[in-house]
Amino acid sequence: MQPGKGATTRERPDSRPAPPPESLGFRSKSSVAAGPKKRTPRKKGISSAYVFLTPWMLGLVFITLGPLLASLYLSFTDYDLLSSPNWIGFENYRRMFTEDPRFLKSLAVTFTYVFVSVPLQLALALALALVLNKGIQGLALYRSAFYLPSLIGGSVAVAILWRQIFGGEGLVNELLATFGLEGMPGWISNPQTALGTLIILNVWTFGSPMIIFLAGLRQIPAELYEQGSIDGVGMFGRLRFITLPMLSPIIFFNLVLQVIGSFQAFTPAFVVSGGTGGPVDSTLFYTLYLYERGFINFEMGYASALGAVLLVIIGVLTALNFYASKRWVHYND
Amino acid sequence: MTSLLTAPTAARLSFKHAGLILFGLLMLYPLLWMLKSSFIPESKIFDDFGLIPGELTLENYVKGWNSGEGIGFTGYFLNTFLIVAGSLIGNLLSCSLAAYAFARLNFKLKTAFFALMLAGIMLPYHVVAIPQYILFSSTGLVGTTFLPLIIPKILAVDAFFVFLMVQFLRGIPRELDEAASIDGAGPFRTFWAVILPLMKPALITTTIFTFIWTWNDFFSPLIYLTVPESYTVSLGLNSLVDSQTSSGLGPLFAMSVITLVPVFLFFLFAQKHIVQGIATTGSKG
Repeated sequence: MQPGKGATTRERPDSRPAPPPESLGFRSKSSVAAGPKKRTPRKKGISSAYVFLTPWMLGLVFITLGPLLASLYLSFTDYDLLSSPNWIGFENYRRMFTEDPRFLKSLAVTFTYVFVSVPLQLALALALALVLNKGIQGLALYRSAFYLPSLIGGSVAVAILWRQIFGGEGLVNELLATFGLEGMPGWISNPQTALGTLIILNVWTFGSPMIIFLAGLRQIPAELYEQGSIDGVGMFGRLRFITLPMLSPIIFFNLVLQVIGSFQAFTPAFVVSGGTGGPVDSTLFYTLYLYERGFINFEMGYASALGAVLLVIIGVLTALNFYASKRWVHYND
Repeated sequence: MTSLLTAPTAARLSFKHAGLILFGLLMLYPLLWMLKSSFIPESKIFDDFGLIPGELTLENYVKGWNSGEGIGFTGYFLNTFLIVAGSLIGNLLSCSLAAYAFARLNFKLKTAFFALMLAGIMLPYHVVAIPQYILFSSTGLVGTTFLPLIIPKILAVDAFFVFLMVQFLRGIPRELDEAASIDGAGPFRTFWAVILPLMKPALITTTIFTFIWTWNDFFSPLIYLTVPESYTVSLGLNSLVDSQTSSGLGPLFAMSVITLVPVFLFFLFAQKHIVQGIATTGSKG
């Protein structure tokens, strides 16, 4: 086990520990242009670049951008894989919003899941990062223990475990029975609580945002705190006026990342509900519904329209996040 | 920071440790409970909630290993290892090639391509899954072959890794590859002999996350692998859930534990790189 400190930075030859999230293109203008400034006129380089990029360009055509455009086209068609796509205009979208209560239900379920679990998860991640930040002994051990669930949280095995923990004769109910609460209904078979168990699962995987917070906390210059203690700022003052503002780009980064990721959660809901999104659609995640329409019913046109709406939702959520971030994210340029 | 601890801070510190340990145990309790339950007779799983097993048995493992549909868990593991190996080779090669072009070579469409690559990181898989499926099924690759799972990796579709490597390359002094090119090495020679060895840390991070993500992947195998003979461990385990009433909780837990073992081993040996990888790139893990 590595003795925590320094372990995260040692291998980067540029001695820039943990480039802050703007490197993911969030303030993209600068980072896109941050490539080679010197335009050395090397003719060889010009032609061979496309050779290096051949696999990537093929991927763009056949796996990412091409399918994305195909999906947009298919969303205006009726297509069952057997006969050729039949153009029906906005019919899929009209049906979706006016005649499909399960679509609306899946939106409600997914939004609830994202907007309840992500803030809880990030709050927990931040709290633990703050506790672990103070050069605590055994940091590496704690960090590993808290991170482990993130690593396996999306696996079938953990979803199976969750089924057992919150099942009718599961761990939670057996524990409650020892306190005299016998015969509780299963948490995953109760429409009131089923989604809650999946929210707990997502909160449980707070380890990866925690590690990002820890890396961010290290970037805050110690002088700021020294200055703060001279000025007589208390613990909460330091948190409120130094740590949180300095950390706000990282909080924002984690928020965007987790919202996007949680919106696409699939495996836990699929395994816990046995693929149905039940009971009574209470865990019908958006991706689960898309899977059902596309790969069970083979309504490729309708499922493509669902995909297009998913893309718009994620795009809008991300844009909203960016817009709101102007009000609270503090970049220390 | 590490000045002499005064008595009250020492007390506060051990209080803090106690809290952290308690919280850590609570977090890991479900996993440890599953581990313990997998090693005790099925009838005793709910006898007590402690983590120390009384009577140990491998019965659940034996029963579980032989209970999967079709080829059983030996086959599921082999299938998964094959897919992981293909994905690893694909990702390491294709992503490093692309990253080298983005970080070191000049070409006309660079800005546009780079923006497209960054956008690819954000692209939700479910949005493109349907046309991809149509494409692969029209070429007859759906059902038993692993190609629909591996081809995307060969085509550098995991833009996240391309980005990771570009970032890494930007930190490597240009003098090194410029020296190589002065010595007469072309871009391919430079890439292979100079850049690739220097990129080792980024390649390790890519290996780790490709392994873990491919191992845990459920959605794409679910779509593309339709017969039990081609199942991965995720699919095999999921098929066990449906037959749980017949196979029982003990074997189900045993197989759940065993499918997590490779990920745990990777985690143990590569912790430092994992932490570093997440911290530098903000991966989901």
